[in-house]
Amino acid sequence: MMITRTVRWFDNRLGASGFARKALNKIFPDHWSFMLGEIAMYSFLLLVLTGIYLSLFYVPSEASVTYDGSYGPLKGVQVSEAFNSVMRLSFDVRAGLVMRQTHHWAALVMMAAVIAHLCRIFFTGAFRRPREINWIIGVSLLLLTLGNGFTGYSLGDDQLSGTGLRIAYSVVISIPVIGEWIAFLLFGGDFPGENVLDRFFVIHIMIIPAAIFALLGAHLAILIRHKHTQWALPGRTNDNVVGAKLWPTFAAKSLGLMFLTWGLLAGLGGLAQINPIWIWGPFEPAAVSSGSQPDWYVGWMEGALRLMPNWEIRAFGWTVPNPFWGGVLIPGLTFGLLFAWPFLEARFTHEDRMEHHVLDRPRDRPLRTALGVATLTFYLVLFIAGGNDVLAAQFDVSVNAITYTLRVLVFVLPVVTAYIAYKLCKELARRSPLPEPASTIVRRTPEGGYVDVEPPAVPVPGGR
Amino acid sequence: MSQERPDATGGERPEGDEREVRSVTNRVAIAFLLTTAAGIGLFVVYLQGGQVQLEGALLAVALGGLGYGFVLVGRRLLPQGPYTEERDRLVATPEEITAFEDDMERGSPWLARRGFLLKTLALAGGALGLAAILPIRSLGPNPGNTLKTTQWRKGSRVTDEQGNPVPVDTLDVGGVITVFPEGALEDEESQTLLIRYDEEKFQVLDGREDWVTNGYVAYSKVCTHAGCPVGLYQQDTGDLLCPCHQSTFDVNHGARPIFGPAATPLPQLPIEVDDDGYLVAQSDYTEPVGPGFWNRNR
Repeated sequence: MMITRTVRWFDNRLGASGFARKALNKIFPDHWSFMLGEIAMYSFLLLVLTGIYLSLFYVPSEASVTYDGSYGPLKGVQVSEAFNSVMRLSFDVRAGLVMRQTHHWAALVMMAAVIAHLCRIFFTGAFRRPREINWIIGVSLLLLTLGNGFTGYSLGDDQLSGTGLRIAYSVVISIPVIGEWIAFLLFGGDFPGENVLDRFFVIHIMIIPAAIFALLGAHLAILIRHKHTQWALPGRTNDNVVGAKLWPTFAAKSLGLMFLTWGLLAGLGGLAQINPIWIWGPFEPAAVSSGSQPDWYVGWMEGALRLMPNWEIRAFGWTVPNPFWGGVLIPGLTFGLLFAWPFLEARFTHEDRMEHHVLDRPRDRPLRTALGVATLTFYLVLFIAGGNDVLAAQFDVSVNAITYTLRVLVFVLPVVTAYIAYKLCKELARRSPLPEPASTIVRRTPEGGYVDVEPPAVPVPGGR
Repeated sequence: MSQERPDATGGERPEGDEREVRSVTNRVAIAFLLTTAAGIGLFVVYLQGGQVQLEGALLAVALGGLGYGFVLVGRRLLPQGPYTEERDRLVATPEEITAFEDDMERGSPWLARRGFLLKTLALAGGALGLAAILPIRSLGPNPGNTLKTTQWRKGSRVTDEQGNPVPVDTLDVGGVITVFPEGALEDEESQTLLIRYDEEKFQVLDGREDWVTNGYVAYSKVCTHAGCPVGLYQQDTGDLLCPCHQSTFDVNHGARPIFGPAATPLPQLPIEVDDDGYLVAQSDYTEPVGPGFWNRNR
C-alpha cells in the first residue's frame, strides 16, 4: 500500500513511472569482467565521501608554523600549515587517520580498477562502433583520475610530495616554447612557487572531481543508450542483450559489490599504513632521500624519466631538455594513441564498420591482443625502471647495470611477449573455435509452416 | 496479477527449495547482524578515543557484512533469469534524420545574409573570448630572467644550513656540505654543494682556474635533469649522484654528467676567500642552474 501511494504521488507530479520501469528492467549481462568499471565507480564514491571529510580539516597554506601536535619526534620543527594540518588529521583528529588512509588506498585501487576496465574494453573490442565516444570519455576519465591522484598526493607538503612537485615542475618547463610560461602561471612563479598548494587544492577537490562527475554521468548515460555488450554465447546476438534485470537482482549484487569494495578499502585504510608523512618529514628544498618513489600509477612516467639516455636537443640557442622525452612525449603519445585507437583500428583492419554489440574473445583477434600485450609489457618495464634504485639496493647490484639492462628490455620484452601472446591466441582459437553463428532453430508448425525460434539463453560460464 | 503484467516479475519462485531459501536467508541475517555488532563496536571505539587499526577492522567487518549479505540476496534468492531484451534500433531512420535537419533549419528563411551575420558573430565571440581568457595572465609573473638567476651575488658569504658563515678551514679533504648565500637560507635555486676536493684527482677546467680556492669547489646542488637536490656524494670516486633519477656527475672534471638522464654539467659557482677568512662568492652563477628549458641558453 505504502509503495502504491508513494509511486502514485510521484507519478502524479513527474509522470516518471513509465521511464522508471524501463530503468528497473535494464538488462545487465553477467560476467566478472563487467565489475571492474563498477569497482572504479564505487572507489570514486568513497573518495568523494572521505575527501569531503578531509577537506574540512586541511589547510592549503605554505605559511610556516611550529609543529606542536602529539607526534613527539617532530615537536618544535618548523613546518608548513598544510603539513601541520595533515599531521593534525593523522594524530589529533579522532577517526582522521582512518579516513585519510582509506582515501589514499581508494585512490590507488580506483586507478587500478580504471586501468583494468580499460584493458577489458580493449581486449574484447568493446570500443568498436557505436561505442567510440564512450571510449574517448573513458580515456578522459583515466586522465582525470591520474591528475587527481597526483594533485592529491602533492597536498601533504611532505618531503616525498615536494620532490614529486619539483620533478613535475621540471617536466612542465621542458615543454618547448611555452613550458616556462605554463609553469609560472600554474605554480605562480619559480619553484616552489607562492600558490601551489591552494591551487592544487582547488583543482583536486573541485575542478577535477566536477569533471569526473560530469563525464561519469555521460559515460553511464551512453551505456544505457547503447545497452551492454555481451559475450558470443548461445542465444546472444548482435540484436539482443541477455542477463539479469537491474531490479532487484543486479541492484542487490552491485550494492553488495559496493559494500565489499568499501569494506576492503576501509580495512586497508585502518590496517595498512600508507603515505606516513611523519616519516618523510616536512618538505625542505635542499633535502631528498634515495628510494623516493611516487604512487604506483606515476611509476611508468618516473621510469621513462630514469631510463632516458641523456639526450637534449640544442639548436639555434633553443633547448629541448631531457625531461621532455619521458615526461611529456611518452605520456603525450600514450594518451594520443589511446584516444585515437578505435579509429586507428577501424582504419587499419578494414573491418566492417557495422555496430558491434557482441564482444571479441581476445584469442580471436590475435594481432590486437598481441599489440595490447606488447603495450602493457612496455609500461611494465617502465614501471620497474621507476624503482631501479630500490631494485639495486634489494638485490645488491649496480643501479647502472639495471638501467642499461632495462633500456634494452623496454624494447625487446614487448616483442617477445607479443610473439608469445600471438602464438597463444592462435593455438587457443584452434582448440576452441567460436560456436557457429547460426543461432536460430527452424521448427515445423502443426499447420505445416516453418518458423524460426530463438534458442533459449543459457547462463554465462564465469558469471557471478 | 501476474497475468496482467506477464513480464513485470521474475516469475514465481520454483517450489521445493524452501530449506535452501531458509538457510540462505539465515546467512544473510547473520551477515547483517555482524554489521550491527561492528557498528556498535565502532561507536564504542570512537567514544574511547579512537584507534586506527580497530576502526579499520571494524569498518571492514561492517561493510563486508553488508556486502556479503547483498551479494547472497542477489545471487541466491532473487530471480536469476537470464532475461532477453531486444536492442532498439540505435540509428534513426532516414525520414527521422531529414525531419530533424528540417527542424534545425527552421529559422533560415527568416534570416537574410546569414553568412554575414555568422561572420560578425564569430568575430564578436573571438574578441570576447580573448578578453575572457586574458585574466589567466594574472596567475603568475613574467618568467623573465627568474630561471636564469639565483640569490648569489658578488661577495655573498657562503653560509651553512644553519646560516653560519663558513671559514676556510671547515672541511677536510673529501668533505662536503650544503651551503646557501647569506640571507637566502633554504632558497631552492641557490642551494650549492661546497666540496673540499682531492688535489691529486681534481682537474680544474680551462678558464676556471680562479673559480676554486684553497681546495674548495662549489657546484649547484640543483640537478640539471629534473631539479632534485644532488644529494649523494661518493668520496672515493668523486661522483655526485642524484637520488631521483640517478644522474651522476664527476666532481673532479667540472661536474660533467657521466651517467643517467642529465645532459648538462652542474653549474660551478666561482668562490674566493675574503679578508676575514670566510668563503664568499665571486658572482652569481654564470649560467642558469637546474633543469633545462626552452630559452636556457639565450
